[in-house]
This record gives sequence, C-alpha cells and structure tokens, in this order.
Amino acid sequence: MPRLSATETARVQFRLNGRDTTAEAHPRMLLSDVLRHDVGATGTHVGCEHGVCGACTVLIDGVPARACLTLAVQAEGCDLRTVEGLADAGDGALSPLQAAFREHFALQCGFCTAGILMSLDALFAADPDADEAAIRDTLSGHLCRCTGYTPIVRAALAARDRIKGGTTDA
Amino acid sequence: MKPASFDFVAARDMAEALAALREGGDAARVIAGGQSLVPMLNMRLATPATLVDISRIEELRRIESANGAVTIGAAVRQAELAAWPDLAVTLPLIHAALPWVGHMQTRSRGTVCGSVAHADPSAELPLCLLVLGGTVILRRHRRTREVPAEEFFLGMMSTDVAPGEMIAALSLPQARPGEGHAFAEVARRHGDFAIVSCAAKAGADGAVTLGVGGVADTPRLLELAADAAADPATRDDQLNEFAWSLGARDDLHATARYRRELVRRLGRKTIEEALSCRA
Ligand SMILES: Cc1cc2nc3c(=O)[nH]c(=O)nc-3n(C[C@@H](O)[C@H](O)[C@H](O)COP(=O)(O)OP(=O)(O)OC[C@H]3O[C@@H](n4cnc5c(N)ncnc54)[C@H](O)[C@@H]3O)c2cc1C
Ligand code: FES
Ligand code: FES
Repeated sequence: MPRLSATETARVQFRLNGRDTTAEAHPRMLLSDVLRHDVGATGTHVGCEHGVCGACTVLIDGVPARACLTLAVQAEGCDLRTVEGLADAGDGALSPLQAAFREHFALQCGFCTAGILMSLDALFAADPDADEAAIRDTLSGHLCRCTGYTPIVRAALAARDRIKGGTTDA
Repeated sequence: MKPASFDFVAARDMAEALAALREGGDAARVIAGGQSLVPMLNMRLATPATLVDISRIEELRRIESANGAVTIGAAVRQAELAAWPDLAVTLPLIHAALPWVGHMQTRSRGTVCGSVAHADPSAELPLCLLVLGGTVILRRHRRTREVPAEEFFLGMMSTDVAPGEMIAALSLPQARPGEGHAFAEVARRHGDFAIVSCAAKAGADGAVTLGVGGVADTPRLLELAADAAADPATRDDQLNEFAWSLGARDDLHATARYRRELVRRLGRKTIEEALSCRA
C-alpha cells in the first residue's frame, strides 16, 4: 500500500548490518531516530539534523548518506550499515579502520567518529588506493570539533595501507 | 528538531504520483532526495500535509541521450549522473560543476531535478541549466509542458512549478563540436554553498554565455559577442557593468564589494577557460 497515514505507524523492513530488521514508524520519523530509539543502534549520532555535521552518516545500499535527512519509511527494503557493523561480529575485534583511529588519536570525544568511519569505510571499499586528496574530500562532509583533522587523515591513510596489506605505521 | 506530521505516498509510478499531487493540491509536496526538504521539515519551515516520494519511480530513474539532448529523469541522483560514463563528453559543464554540489554524502541521495526545483540562488545545477539553455519538463494530471530555463526561475527558491505539478525531467543540449565550457566557484569550504559561482559556455564562433550564481536572487546571464569576448578591455568593461547590475548585498558570508570583485575575476577566468578549451 503506497499511502501511509500521518497518524498510524507503518511497518518498515530493511537489512541492518546484515540482519533482517523490522521497525514501526510514523512517516514523520527520521531514520536516525528510528535506528537509535526503536532499533537500539545508538552508535549513529545526531548532531545538527540539518545534514551539515555528518555525525549521523550511515551506508544506505552501500553509499554514505545522512540518516537525519532520510525518513525511516524511505528505508523500506534498503540495505543499511551502521558503525555497529564494523567490528567483528564474532569476537568484537575492531576493524582496521577503527583500530587505526584508536592508534592515531583520531578521536577525542568520539561524537563525529561513527559517521566518519562509515564514509571512509565506503571510500576504501570503492577505491582501495584513495589518496589523501580523496580522503580530505570525503572528510569535507563531516565536522569534528575536537581533533583538527590531521590525526583523522593520518589514521585514514594508515587504515588504507593496512586494509591493502601494508604496514600500519604512517 | 523534528518534522510535523504528514501523510506519505510512496509512489510506484507516475500515475500514482500525479494523482496524489492533484488530490493534495497546495498542501502536497514532492520529496526526491530530501537533502533540502528534510532540513526544512526538521526546522518546520515546511509543513506539508502530504509528501509524495518519487524516488522509486522506475521511469524517472533514466538518463537518455537522443537528438542532441540529454534527458535526466526526476529520480536520478547527483551521484548517479556523476558516474554516468558519457557525462564528460556530452555535458562537460555539468561534469565540472557536480563535484561542487554539496558533499558525496548528500550527492548520494540528492537529485539533479530536486536541486533545480529547490532553486537556491547559490546552487550550481540551476546555474548550469540556465547557461546551457536547457528545458524543464513539467507534468501534472493529463498535462505536460516544457519551460525554458530562462522562464523557470522566478526568484529566490521560487519557480514556475504550479501546485499539483512536478518536474518529470530536465532536457539539456549536448555539447557540440567546437564548444568550450568552464566552471569555477568560491565557497568557504569545498561542498558549502557558493559565495559566487561562474559557469561559461563558449560557442564555436567565440561568443560566450556567462552565468553567475550566488549574487542575485536567481542565477543570471551575460551574453558576450565574439569580438567582445576576445577583447580584454571590452570584456572587462562588460563584466564590470554586469557585476554592478546583480544587486549584490552584504551578508554574513561576504560583502557586496567582495562579491562584485569575485564576479569580475571568476568571470574572466571562466570566460578565458571556456574559450581556450574549445575542442
Ligand atoms: C550539507 C549540505 C550541503 C549542500 N550543499 C549544496 C551545494 O553546495 N550546492 C547545491 O546546489 N546544493 C547543496 N545542497 C542541497 C542539495 O544537496 C540537494 O540535493 C538539492 O538542493 C535538492 O535535491 P533533492 O533531490 O534532495 O530534493 P528534495 O530535498 O527532496 O526537495 C527539495 C525541494 O524541491 C522539491 N522537489 C524535488 N523534486 C521535485 C520534482 N521532481 N518536482 C517538483 N518539485 C520537486 C521539493 O518539494 C522541495 O521543495 C546541500 C545540502 C546539504 C544537506
Ligand atoms: S545530524 Fe545528520 S548531518 Fe548532522
Ligand atoms: S572527536 Fe569530538 S567531534 Fe570529532
């Protein structure tokens, strides 16, 4: 049924980090809120709800997008990935990207980190050789108030090399 | 901040979308990528009764080139157009401008037609549409009309789209042999809206169309005849007069004087580039 009423919740089905997930949402509810409050995936952060800060960035069908600018009902049938999906599901080991962020002090408060990790994860999946310019271009879609970006770029370069099988030291 | 309530129509085809828009009239609104509309909903600057989601309508997801023009459907995302293999050759101006439209995280959902419908005075795609002399294809229940870009933008965020109507596609003329194109912009940070943006098209005969965004309420054009474009003194005179005619104002981001200077300098740069890259 294509028409959803403002006053009733609709069933929305999507895959979240590889698992079939169902949520109930009114049309006005944002994907960021449904992920956090209804599904319990609180790793996705909400900063501005204007699309500017990038904290809420998740992968929708493999590409980074703002969860705060997506209505939850628009996620019907989509494949979603959030920061919860990055670490190894079995033993909880950090992904190379997460590990590099920790090693290179690329986060302080960590508020911006989840969104940045998702954008970089997609960047390296699409282009394993992404250079510093491409990394900075990707980061232009994110605001970090703590680290001044230099450690983030360093961590991203280190992660790229580690993912490709190189060394971790930048 | 959160959106107020609205009904949501996930249109599966044009018939459903047009019926919902007709029924909803003034209180219905199209949602495509949501990259400009959802911020407005979140701030409650927009409180539509019905949102009609057109992003999954298969017939609107197409990019087609035929008879010297490229047609871009209303559900084509900015990132999809950027990845279209023919883009650099058929629409070199759009190819140059797209990386300046927001960030890859917004281009992934924002549509080309949505940007034109939103008509932000600083937006790159409305400017390119105007410089290329493209056409907006509008549809409503049982009626289609085509509006040339010069008549489409009425003012700041205001267009010729009527209630019950939607943009079905844009039609853009393909680059012809001998033409040259250039785009340049100054923004606070790459991906932010432009303080001033310039797009230029040079014809094979050396005449130039220059468009400027970010200064007036809509993108605006300066037409330079071939001899005027080729002569630096005449060109600079016309650019200066054009810069003054745009009614630049001081705001938080830049002074009027700085904007005029950018029009002169970026204008000169894009005119020269467009002339020199003629194939
Ligand atoms: C952080 C950020 C930075 C940005 N930077 C830039 C930038 O530098 N340059 C730039 O140009 N844009 C920028 N944008 C806006 C751009 O991303 C939007 O994608 C674009 O303006 C709107 O396209 P959309 O498909 O998302 O439309 P929506 O947000 O879905 O809709 C926008 C408006 O157009 C109407 N509409 C949409 N499609 C149609 C249609 N087919 N027919 C009739 N009406 C329609 C809607 O009703 C609404 O009023 C930015 C956005 C963000 C969040
Ligand atoms: S919360 Fe979505 S971009 Fe800031
Ligand atoms: S680590 Fe605090 S905002 Fe980026």
